[in-house]
Amino acid sequence: MSIRIYVPKDACAIACGADEVVGAIQAAALARKQTVEIVRTGSRGMLWLEPLVEVATPEGRIAYGPVEETDVEGLFEAGFLTGAAHALRIGKPEEHPFMAKQTRLTFARCGIIDPASYTDYVAHGGYRGLERALALGPAEIIEEVKKSGLRGRGGAGFPTAIKWKTVADAKADRKYIVCNADEGDSGTFADRMIMEGDPFQLIEGMTIAGLAVGATKGFVYTRSEYPHAIWAMEKAIEAARAHGMLGVNIAGSQHSFDMEVRMGAGAYVCGEETALLDSLEGGRGTVRAKPPLPAHKGLFQKPTVINNVLSLVAVPHILADGAQKYMDFGMGRSRGTMPIQIAGNVKFGGLFETAFGITLGELINDIGGGTASGRPVKAAQVGGPLGAYVPTWQFDLPFDYEAFAAKDALIGHGGIVVFDEAADMVKMARFAMEFCSVESCGKCTPCRIGSTRGVEVIDRIVAGERVEKNLEVLKDLCQTMKLGSLCALGGFTPYPVLSALTHFPEEFGDTPRRLEAAE
Amino acid sequence: MPHYEPWSEERAHAIIGEFVHLEGPLMPMLHAVQETFGHVPDAVVPMLAEKLNVSRAEIHGVVTFYHDFRHEPAGQHVLKLCRAEACQAAGGDALAAHAEHKLGCKLGETTADGRVTVEPIYCLGLCATAPSAMLDGRIVARLNERRLDALISEAQS
Repeated sequence: MSIRIYVPKDACAIACGADEVVGAIQAAALARKQTVEIVRTGSRGMLWLEPLVEVATPEGRIAYGPVEETDVEGLFEAGFLTGAAHALRIGKPEEHPFMAKQTRLTFARCGIIDPASYTDYVAHGGYRGLERALALGPAEIIEEVKKSGLRGRGGAGFPTAIKWKTVADAKADRKYIVCNADEGDSGTFADRMIMEGDPFQLIEGMTIAGLAVGATKGFVYTRSEYPHAIWAMEKAIEAARAHGMLGVNIAGSQHSFDMEVRMGAGAYVCGEETALLDSLEGGRGTVRAKPPLPAHKGLFQKPTVINNVLSLVAVPHILADGAQKYMDFGMGRSRGTMPIQIAGNVKFGGLFETAFGITLGELINDIGGGTASGRPVKAAQVGGPLGAYVPTWQFDLPFDYEAFAAKDALIGHGGIVVFDEAADMVKMARFAMEFCSVESCGKCTPCRIGSTRGVEVIDRIVAGERVEKNLEVLKDLCQTMKLGSLCALGGFTPYPVLSALTHFPEEFGDTPRRLEAAE
Repeated sequence: MPHYEPWSEERAHAIIGEFVHLEGPLMPMLHAVQETFGHVPDAVVPMLAEKLNVSRAEIHGVVTFYHDFRHEPAGQHVLKLCRAEACQAAGGDALAAHAEHKLGCKLGETTADGRVTVEPIYCLGLCATAPSAMLDGRIVARLNERRLDALISEAQS
């Protein structure tokens, strides 16, 4: 009898040796004349356990991890094909505390299904959202999204339905849906995981957006650093076309919608929506001044919906199960769930999807288990390179757009990077400025020049040159960048800098010190 | 090890031609050119300008804007080390210094024998299993000195 074994094809699992593990399983099975069927899934999100190998048993799937190539022979000897005991045995993955504490909507299928299989997607509730959307029609789709309270998951938290309504109302011969999958923030990988683990969900979300606003063409703009995600998306798009879910007369309706994946070329600023549009058009990724909004004049000057991956993949759930169900999760004006990414120096790093409202401390200490190094946590940077460093004494902060904003911090794309006490906050502040100077598109002066001056001023502070005066200059410079920059790159770089300065002022003190490895 | 073709104008024409039908074809064209020849040769700039009916300066502007596009061919192997915050939090600084020391060149440079180009990369999205690296397109997570040494030996062999 053939036994089914699940091994993730997620980039993180592959980087931890999943392909080698598959080879070892095949060899060990062959040697025992045991037939096995290996299904390559996405990742469950318990990334410290990758590669997490699961075996289908009569009691359900039993997981083992982290499995290395050299563990495979021992697993076979122990009888893991029947779910037997072994030092690496995790048990049922869904019963693991890390999973059991989550509310999974967006990531419900991730790690469970075969991402390349249209049939698997449909068997797990896929395309129910599109079916209802086709029955509702454009105005009601937008109404449903509005009722759900969905806000853009890219970082700005702008209500998705308002964007859609603007594009729907715009008159044009052509409109576009653009998915911002240019996930460049360090500490974030939710977009990558969903594209690798459940790509049909993004196709479905974009198709619904197309129906809602009257667009027939969609683009997924992602990163050259994500080759596995690109491959998985392209496979799924081909399969969706073959099943009549993309192209003309989708799902047998009168509507047409098709899409393409496009790859960036290592420019961080292209995650900014208007720079992304310029890049898609084939230009330098420079930021556009607004207005006009992309909703009026976006890609090729046509009305364009540009949404983050996580916003678009929330849409099929809202349509399939109704706005109210989605709305029931969350707090205040932050409704629904947020896939939070716990990373950096952390013991149990991974993808944790939960309703808004959970505190940072719970996420880092209880769920993440503290640092991987075992040293005390010093701070966490939330929201990528442009996010603030939050010190441990603010870890009671709930995950909520408004609560974070009140503390001069950002949720951004939901990435948390944990630092232990060895972190040098001055170096991190300098890195933020340096990163901005390298990645600035160059269009506006506060960002282009300000970031370079920022690096110089921090260097002077480090060298002990008129520290007090230079700190004032640094604060003033940050203020200028914050208020005067055209986009979030220059506008938010002050967050990591000022938060480091506010919470760890002693590190910026007047004792001369040297920076190493930062130059 | 990636294998690149020697420069051929005819081949370049064919590659560019494959993408003309796309909306906004320049980025896919540039990626394909680099994938074929290992870098974006100067000679391709006027060809693209003519095909897309834009100035050479505009094409040059695009090519030089993006970190990915190379003006010169890289070494035989390209080792990219993630230098973003999550990898820094997990000990990436020491590993980068170690790689520079071992290879005898700085990040962004190629070894004197032309074998290895070592570059910083800003986020491979493997932040929960940091630090990470990429050798010729193959990704490696949970990097430590032992694993890095193995990657470097592989690149040097």
